[in-house]
Parts: sequence; C-alpha cells; structure tokens
Amino acid sequence: MKLNAKIPSGPLAEKWSLYKSTQNLVNPANKRKFDIIVVGTGLAGASAAASLGELGFKVKNFCYQDSPRRAHSIAAQGGINAAKNYQNDGDSVYRLFYDTIKGGDYRAREGNVYRLAEVSNQIIDQCVGQGVPFARDYGGYLDNRSFGGALVSRTFYARGQTGQQLLLGAYGALNRQIAAGNVTMYTRTEMMDVVLVDGVARGIVTRNLETGALESHFGHAVVLATGGYANVFFLSTNAMGSNTSAIWKAYKKGALFANPAFVQIHPTCIPVHGESQSKLTLMSESLRNDGRIWVPKAKEDAEKIRAGKLKPTDLPEGKRDYYLERRYPAFGNLVPRDVASRAAKERCDAGYGVGSGQAVYLDCKDSIKRLGKNLIEERYGNLFQMYEKIVDENPYVTPMMIYPAAHYTMGGLWVDYELMTTIPGLFTIGEANFSDHGANRLGASALMQGLADGYFVLPFTIQNYLAGQLSVPRMDPAKQPEFNETLEASREWNAKLMGIKGSRTVDSIHKELGQVMWDHVGMGRNKDGLEEGFSKIRQVKDLFWNDVRIPGKADGMNVELEKANRVADFLEMGELLAKDALHREESCGGHFREEHQMSDGEAKRDDENFKYVGAWEYKGPGKEPELNKEPLDYEFIQVKTRNYKE
Amino acid sequence: MDLTLKVWRQENRKAKGRFETYSLKNISPDSSFLEMLDVLNEQLVNGNNEPVVFDHDCREGICGTCSLFINGRAHGPDEDITTCQLHMRKFKDGDTIVIEPWRAGGFPVIKDLMVDRSAFDQILQAGGFISVNTGSARDGNNILIPKHKADESMDAAACIGCGACVATCKNSSAMLFLASKVSHLALLPQGRPEAVRRAKAMVAKMDELGFGSCTNTGACEVECPKGISVAHIARLNREFLIANLKP
Ligand SMILES: Cc1cc2nc3c(=O)[nH]c(=O)nc-3n(C[C@H](O)[C@H](O)[C@H](O)COP(=O)(O)OP(=O)(O)OC[C@H]3O[C@@H](n4cnc5c(N)ncnc54)[C@H](O)[C@@H]3O)c2cc1C
Ligand code: SF4
Ligand code: FES
Repeated sequence: MKLNAKIPSGPLAEKWSLYKSTQNLVNPANKRKFDIIVVGTGLAGASAAASLGELGFKVKNFCYQDSPRRAHSIAAQGGINAAKNYQNDGDSVYRLFYDTIKGGDYRAREGNVYRLAEVSNQIIDQCVGQGVPFARDYGGYLDNRSFGGALVSRTFYARGQTGQQLLLGAYGALNRQIAAGNVTMYTRTEMMDVVLVDGVARGIVTRNLETGALESHFGHAVVLATGGYANVFFLSTNAMGSNTSAIWKAYKKGALFANPAFVQIHPTCIPVHGESQSKLTLMSESLRNDGRIWVPKAKEDAEKIRAGKLKPTDLPEGKRDYYLERRYPAFGNLVPRDVASRAAKERCDAGYGVGSGQAVYLDCKDSIKRLGKNLIEERYGNLFQMYEKIVDENPYVTPMMIYPAAHYTMGGLWVDYELMTTIPGLFTIGEANFSDHGANRLGASALMQGLADGYFVLPFTIQNYLAGQLSVPRMDPAKQPEFNETLEASREWNAKLMGIKGSRTVDSIHKELGQVMWDHVGMGRNKDGLEEGFSKIRQVKDLFWNDVRIPGKADGMNVELEKANRVADFLEMGELLAKDALHREESCGGHFREEHQMSDGEAKRDDENFKYVGAWEYKGPGKEPELNKEPLDYEFIQVKTRNYKE
Repeated sequence: MDLTLKVWRQENRKAKGRFETYSLKNISPDSSFLEMLDVLNEQLVNGNNEPVVFDHDCREGICGTCSLFINGRAHGPDEDITTCQLHMRKFKDGDTIVIEPWRAGGFPVIKDLMVDRSAFDQILQAGGFISVNTGSARDGNNILIPKHKADESMDAAACIGCGACVATCKNSSAMLFLASKVSHLALLPQGRPEAVRRAKAMVAKMDELGFGSCTNTGACEVECPKGISVAHIARLNREFLIANLKP
C-alpha cells in the first residue's frame, strides 16, 4: 500500500495556515445534516465531541465508564506543554517543535509536530477560558514548571491534577453541548467493531455494558479517541479498563497500525508489591524537578539496605551514586523518560537496586532543605500523600522508591496529516493514533496532543472529508445489511468466548501475557528474547481460547466477558508488537535493541535503514501482516544523535 | 490475613438484594481493598460463580469511579481517600468486613455494588460550565487571577464526583458536590458572568432529580475523599440568594 501522509507543501511554519485557508469546509446550514461518531471521552474525544457540537454537527459520543468525566486522561498528573515563553527563558514554537522531534528520536513527521507546537498556545488560552484553575504566581500570572527533555520551563499545571482539571474543562464543554442537544452521550457502552459500507467507515457496533444489548450506530464519519494500549503489559499506569480493542478492531477492518513497538516505560512509578498487584501507580515526572535519583555507590550498601540493615537516610552523601547526574551532566535528572528508565534498569540489573532489588531512590531532601517543606507540599502534596497511602512510608522523611513501568504508547493507528486512517472516514486522535511522538514522548506532551487534535485540528480536517459527503444520506442501520452483518459477527464472537467454558480466569491469563511482554518485549529487547516472547504469546493465546472461563451470560451485565473481549485483542496485538520490535533492527527512543547500542550503552539508531514509520497491514486470520513503510524526510531540521550529556 | 466478607449482592435494578458471606485467606496487608476483592472474584469464578460487580477504573484515587460503603463508612475506615486507595493494612487478621453500595434515592443500584450516578452528569449539564466556544478565548495571561483565588478555586475543583457525600448524607443531598462546582467557577473571573444563572439552574436540577435538601449536618465533608469543605455550600447559598433576588 502506498502511504500518503498528505503533508501540505510550503515552508514549515506556514503549512498549517496554508492548509486551513485552502481546505474544503462545510457550510453552517449543512453541518446539522452530518452525524459524527466519536468514541472516547478523554481529552481527545471530549474536546473533539464538544468542538464539533459547537460547530453544529450532530455528534454521538461513547465511553465505557459511567460518566465521560472518568476517562483515563483524568489521571494525568504533571502538566501540559505550550510554547508561550511566559518565563522569558527562550522558548518558541520552533523550540517546542524541535524538542519534540528530538525527544522522539527522529521518528515523527516534521509537519505534524510543527502544527502541534503551533496550536499549543491556543490550548492554554482555551482551557483558562473554561475555568481550568492552573497554578498562578503571586502577581496572578500563569506559573510553569520544567519537564524532561527540555531546557525551558514550559509546562502548565494544576497542582498534581492537571489531567483532571483539563478533562473537567473539556467535560464542561461537552456537557454544554449535550444540554444543547448537539451531542448525544452513551455511557457504559463499549465499541465492538467498526462498520464499513463500500470500504468507507459509516458507523460502529456497540455493547451496552449494563444490558449486554448489541446496537448499531450510523455516522458519516467515525472518530476513535480510545486511548493507549499499555495494558497489554497487564501491569501499567493505565486505568483497569484501558484497552486496545477499538483500534484493534479497526486494524482488522483495514486501518494500518503504525509503530506498535514504540511503548514508553515511565521511570518513576511505585514498585510492584506482590502477587495480587493489579496496577502500578505513577509518581509524576514533575518530581524530577525537585527530586534527585540515586542508588548506593557500593553493592554492599545496596545489599544492606535491601536486607533492612541500613537506612537510606543514614548513607552519607559520598556513598550515593546520583547516576543520572553522573552520566548526563547537562540534563541530569531531567533526561527523557526512555533514557531514565534504562539507566534505572541498568543499575538494578547490576545489583545496586534497593527495596526488592527492583527499585531506586527519588530523593527530595535537598529541595525540602532549600525550599522548605511547605513549598514542596504545595507542589506535590497529593503525590506524597498517594505514595504514603500505598507504601506506608513518609516520603518527606525517607526517599521514595521508584521503578519503571509501562505507561504510554506512541504507536497506534496510522493517520495522515488530516488524522484520517487508511480507511476513508475513519479518524483517530489522541493516544490512539501514532502521529506526533516518534519513538518516545516527552513529558506533558500527551495532554497537549490530545487537546490539539480534539480542539484545533480534527474539527477542521474532518470538514475537508465531509465536504465531499454531502450526497450521502443518513442511513438507517436496521435497513443496511453491513450493519446487521457486523452486529451478527460481534454476537458470534461473544458466543464463541462464552462457549469456551474452560477453567482459567481472564485476569490470570492477562497476567501471564503481561509477564511475557515485560520479560521479552519490555525495556531491553533482543532477537532471541523477542522470538521466544513471540512463541510464548502464541501459547498464552492458545491457552486463552481453550481454557478461559466466563461465568454468566452475554445478554446482561458481564464484567468477565468485558475483560475477555479486551484480553482477546491484547493477545493478538501483543504478537504484532513483538513482530514490530523484532523487525526494527535499531535502537531508538523507547525501543531498545540490546544488539544495537554504543560502547557506553546509549541507543544506536540506524537512520540509513530505519528512518521510517512502520505501518502494519492486516491480511486476514492466520496470515502474516504486511509491513508498509512511510519514509520520514527531514526537510527543515538536521537529524542528529540525541545527546543529553552536554 | 484471613477475613470474612459480608457483601451486598443484587441481580439487577429491580431485584431484591441480600448479603452473602464469603471467607478469604492469606490476604497481603500491602494489597489494596480492591485487590482484595479481585482475589475474592478470582475465587468465585474458579468456583464457577459470578463475580461481585463493583465500579472502579483508575485505582489511584482520581477518576471517582470506585464507590463502596465499607463497615458503615463511605470509602472505608481511613481519612481523605477513595475506596481504591484503601489498603488492607487498615484491617486486622480475622476481621469481618461489611461491603455495601452507595445507598441514596438519586443513585439506584444497577448490580451488586455498582450504582447509577448519571444524575451527577445531569446536574452539571444544567449549567456546571463556562460558556466559551473553542477558539474564542483570549490570552491566558490577560486574565489575572490572584494566587489565593486560583488556589481556592482549585480546592473546590478537586471534586472527583464519586458521590460519597450523597451516600453519607442522611438526606441524600448532593449539595457538597454541586457547591464544589459552583465555587470552582464562581471564584474565577471567567466564571463570574454566569455565576448566578449557573447556581440557580444546577440547584433546580438537583431538586428535580430527587436529591434531599441540605440541613447542614456536615457529614459529607467528613467522608469526602478530596477534603471538599462545607464552606463551599455557604458560598453556593450566597450565589443562590443573589439568584433569587434577581429576576
Ligand atoms: C498516570 C498517568 C499520568 C499521566 N500524566 C501525564 C502528564 O502529566 N502529562 C501528559 O501530557 N500526559 C500524561 N499522561 C498521558 C496522558 O494522560 C494520556 O496519553 C492522555 O490523557 C490520553 O488521552 P486520550 O483522550 O487519548 O485517551 P483516554 O483519556 O485514555 O480516553 C479514552 C476514552 O476512550 C473510551 N474507550 C476506550 N476504549 C473504548 C471502547 N472499546 N469502547 C468505547 N469507549 C472506549 C474510554 O471510555 C475513554 O473515554 C499520563 C498518563 C497516565 C496513565
Ligand atoms: S464533594 Fe467529595 S464526596 Fe462529594 S462527589 Fe465530590 S469528591 Fe466525592
Ligand atoms: S478507581 Fe478511580 S478513584 Fe478509585
């Protein structure tokens, strides 16, 4: 398949305005003739649904939670980037663009990323307008903090609850459109499949999670905003319900899946406590502003700490190894996430870990001394409280223990500049698409991207598509065979799952998959490990399809069936993830192939052979997917080796 | 630790519910309350029984989905936390734990421990927002907001919409939830133009949906996982007073 990213020509800084001034629009009177389906109510989905409603389109919006406000974006803690340069520290749209491309290890498109940086400032204005209570300084002006991979302070925040406040802003806008009758909201509803009519996306099939009823919905266009797939690792920082199903079903209908192997392992999460662990909790990256990361210099000290014979607070300064500051003097504790995660793993694997051995310290004592406990409490109070509730230790006194965990997925459905997938009429926004973060996402840039897509990009680009659809009438799903066929296929799929009647719970199998993914397709990947992982995933998949047990019935509330549906898709997508990781014979961003590293352990990229987006095409059950390449041309910046040392 | 659980089971909205008793062994004190329920459900499914249905998602105290009434207290026996943040170290070996859903007229039970809180969405749809279209806002720094105002607004905005306040209130009033939104927006200059109309519309919706009225018992504040203060109710009453004075 020939992939056309449809990047407008012209100078980088003018592409987006040129696009906007020449694209097709739908006139106000015609807008209400269009139905648009938006699946997802996170930052991307809620902002898109609300903005499309404001424009006058008829929107149907779906989420699996009981309220749109509970989408996983609510959990984002640290902040959102924008190139406002309010701190007068030299920031600019270009610098944000450049940092994002570099942070992504030169695996993202220039045109998309520049647009993202360009609209970032408008996002902040919009959110302030909605009443998002961003932190302010004493003069009443907006305050900023720093995040990894940047030398400027460009991150806006609302205490440690930035995602919550941004989402509540978008949810407010959504509520306003629901009240105005422009958006119809479907909660506790899970998308089962996309419906194509003559190869074009025309709707979805859903399952009502309370009644189990399968239903069809028509839309002139379908927008997926269903978030990331990090739960393929079972343990991750994502919510329990976060899933890959919506985009996976779209993949199986012909949408290409790009860079599935680009997964972000976040360096600062609370370490695993034991067998019954159900998820991992993130400690925001913002802590790296005021916390220093270390392990003991001597193995003996690490052993004593692990055995409980030595307290970290008793270890003198000279015996601590602030390994990030040592290895990366320029960025220190604020290196990008992939770099910080690998460095933590390296120290722990070498025997310097604390706690269970799979943990390092994040120590705020110097900042507490310098700034006072009150200020630290004001900045991170809720995080410290969260830590204490989980670990039962006071982080104001004892340094926190942290370890990397699966967190974010840069990969996702392939989309062009207009955010449309390879299926006409099917758009994907937010974490669910692959577009802007290359092989590694910088902190505070996911919220920015979700809102950029939903408020400022999709509402324009979707019109360029819809302008050509005026002659398509609203369809009645009951009279359209494609809808009934898709609905029947979903019914059969559920019946197949219910019919297995094996002996294993869904969670126990999901845990097994997660372990395989973490061990073989996690932070350090190599050919043998990936091949072994690949065959183990197949074994777990067989186990699932032969031995899973789902009590109850499909036509009623059935939580185990919901989970089984998600795990069935994770099992398939896990295979693709491993395949992508295996094919990419280089290290870049979050994808680290042990065979490809420099003598000092840094990632070794191969621009000669891998400077492309790898987009996988489904070829049918049991068939090998086909790899399509979208070459990445860097017209405006010089591709360099990432360097955070000087 | 070993535990006895008395759990509310209810087939659907219309069915009559009952308590079922289960025993659990070897629960780690480091696991969370919901992880303990995961173990129970694992046990139930292995015995070919239907698992206990309960609402949850983020499991870190921010989405507001989890909602259990544990030993007579919303979100259980710890301060300033949600159910998912409750850890088993708060219990003792041999304890009996009673687990119920939120009980309030405005929150009908859907199944077992899961309730319908869509009334909260409806209250906010009635006016819990600032009317600003995408793209029409001016520069964020053109609106100066004194730090203490922004902080106070943030205190109110921290509400996660869990419903513990309603479940705790003997009148099943949604006043703390509603007031937190009114305060959050009314404290900001951007929120002032609609402040009066907003308060009026939301209160009218709350009354229509069958929530009780507030008699200032203050019970809600005690159980609110986010420490939302009843002072916001006083502010709401002020807005409402103004609302009634104006035509
Ligand atoms: C703990 C944590 C902290 C973070 N902190 C930050 C931060 O500080 N800064 C930052 O920039 N980024 C942060 N991120 C990343 C960021 O929060 C996410 O990438 C972003 O919020 C994703 O938004 P989204 O709208 O794409 O998806 P989500 O918010 O995940 O929303 C997905 C939506 O899709 C719906 N959905 C999913 N599947 C289905 C289905 N099958 N059927 C129907 N509906 C479905 C869900 O109901 C939900 O409404 C953090 C992430 C985590 C996990
Ligand atoms: S006010 Fe408190 S208890 Fe009530 S819904 Fe909000 S967070 Fe929950
Ligand atoms: S599950 Fe999200 S607050 Fe408890």
